[in-house]
Amino acid sequence: MKDMGLLSQLVYYFSHNGMYVLSQFNQTFLVSIYGVLLGAIVGIPLGIWISQYRRLSPVIIGIANVIQTIPSLAMLSILMLGLGLGQTTVIVTVFLYSLLPIIKNTYTGMLSVDADVLDAGKGMGMTRFQVMMTIRIPLSLSVIIAGIRNALVIGIGITVIGSFIGSGGLGDIIVRGTNATNGGAIILAGALPTALMAIITDLVLSFIEKRLTPKTSSER
Amino acid sequence: MLLSMEHLRKEYPNGKIAVDDFNLQVGRGEFIAFIGTSGSGKTTTMRMINRMLKQTSGTIKINDKDISKMDPVKLRRSIGYVIQNIGLMPHMTIQENIEMVPKLLGWSKEKRAEQAHKMIELAQLPDDMLKRYPGELSGGQQQRIGVVRALAADQEIILMDEPFGALDPITRESLQDLVKHLQEDLGKTFIFVTHDMDEALHLATKVVIMSQGKQVQVDTPENILRHPANDFVTNLIGEERLIRAQPNILSVSQIMLKNPVSITPDKTVDDAIELMHDRRVDTLLVTDDAGVLQGYVDLEDINRITDPHTAVGDFTNRQVFFVKADSLIGDTVDRILKQGVKNVPVVDKDKHLVGIVTRTALVDIVYDALRGAPEANEEPASPINADIHAAATHDEGGEIPQ
Repeated sequence: MKDMGLLSQLVYYFSHNGMYVLSQFNQTFLVSIYGVLLGAIVGIPLGIWISQYRRLSPVIIGIANVIQTIPSLAMLSILMLGLGLGQTTVIVTVFLYSLLPIIKNTYTGMLSVDADVLDAGKGMGMTRFQVMMTIRIPLSLSVIIAGIRNALVIGIGITVIGSFIGSGGLGDIIVRGTNATNGGAIILAGALPTALMAIITDLVLSFIEKRLTPKTSSER
Repeated sequence: MLLSMEHLRKEYPNGKIAVDDFNLQVGRGEFIAFIGTSGSGKTTTMRMINRMLKQTSGTIKINDKDISKMDPVKLRRSIGYVIQNIGLMPHMTIQENIEMVPKLLGWSKEKRAEQAHKMIELAQLPDDMLKRYPGELSGGQQQRIGVVRALAADQEIILMDEPFGALDPITRESLQDLVKHLQEDLGKTFIFVTHDMDEALHLATKVVIMSQGKQVQVDTPENILRHPANDFVTNLIGEERLIRAQPNILSVSQIMLKNPVSITPDKTVDDAIELMHDRRVDTLLVTDDAGVLQGYVDLEDINRITDPHTAVGDFTNRQVFFVKADSLIGDTVDRILKQGVKNVPVVDKDKHLVGIVTRTALVDIVYDALRGAPEANEEPASPINADIHAAATHDEGGEIPQ
């Protein structure tokens, strides 16, 4: 092993532990997705809610901002005290960090809907619910998705660090590499798939974002 | 009454009174224009009709039903609504936009589509525009859609909040024609908020002039031009517009001289000469005993008569040009001026002589209408020339030392 180049070491690692890396990849991905999904389930309604009751927005966004300022390793450790080791703690952490981008984007998206369009909708006899479903949400959907995309990229980073409190995943491989002598190739074997995951998710979601942007022209 | 508004008052929590004791009765097919300065409460009043705002006190009834007891959503679906910034849904096609209220009312897809085709035709736009999006249309086209969207569910009352304020003058005019057509031919009732006096006078059957939440004057455009209630209204209309409008609102009787010099046919030439001399005129109008206009005699005719006892009736010019007292000046001025006569007798409907219009009085009116102002003082051009001249000499003076 020692006399092999870094690249061949990496190839060697993948060829021998391919399935293992894949399963860790899966695990990391799922933990991040779960966390962000929870964040979306809570954050989107919260964002909509504070866009209706604007007085609450500084409070809610302020809280989410404070959460964001806590270093992720610290957050993981604090939550570990309460929730113990394992994936649950990591999912909760990802959830907490995804709140800010999701709430903020939902709120901004809601407020960016043209007031005249809303006035026309209400004035023509739409109920509040209809205004929400046919005007507000469709017109702000792309902004909301952009928030989720942001949250997911942050989430993947946190999940990798989460291996310190025993959630497994690609972080485990990286940690192992740091502990081994000459573990450069192992670190890369964990880090490259992580980066790849972040890039691919970002691309996929930006594609979805574009698709969900309402058509405003018959040309496309 | 289709729509009746009684003692409406709107007071905001900060104590500002936006509308105070507003009363209005609107019949079917009327075109009501609310006009006033900004902050006069015109938009507030309009928005109370479809309950976008709730009045502090007072009642609004549509077809004798108190709207505060109706479901606001149902109420709004029955009233057309057009706003200044158009408010078309940018993410929906023109067809979906037009079908919006019918869809809310649960019309079938076929009926909706049929209505959309009917509406785009009404808007005088091509049918294939239905598949386009609002962003692909010009501002004028968008507002045409905005207007017909408000009619798509056969709404009887249409509220318009400065709908053409953001459009260029030519586009605005064509849209005014469109709504005028909708009101006159389809019998729709419009409540129209505007700050453009020309627009209000052109479109409305009744103009409501508002200031600081109060109605200042409610009347037809003609009556408002004829009798502005106070200085505020005069200022709002503008001196120029009032003068321009004169030929179209003043009747002949308002500018005629009330006591024309007339003589009965049985009088003699002597009497006629004496009367002419007394009143210093060269023409006499001839009327019978009942005052019915018969003709005229002038100094030339009298000169030709040698016998001073000839009755006036014997040489009266029977072909006399006259105008009716109640006809508008705008309608008659051309005819009067073309006749080339100095004076025109004015008669009532039974041909009784009631007055006389002098050519001078007419020309004054026409001249004012064309000029736009009664006394425009035009400065003679000489002072400006003098300045230039002075400047020129000064420059020359400056060059001498070199």
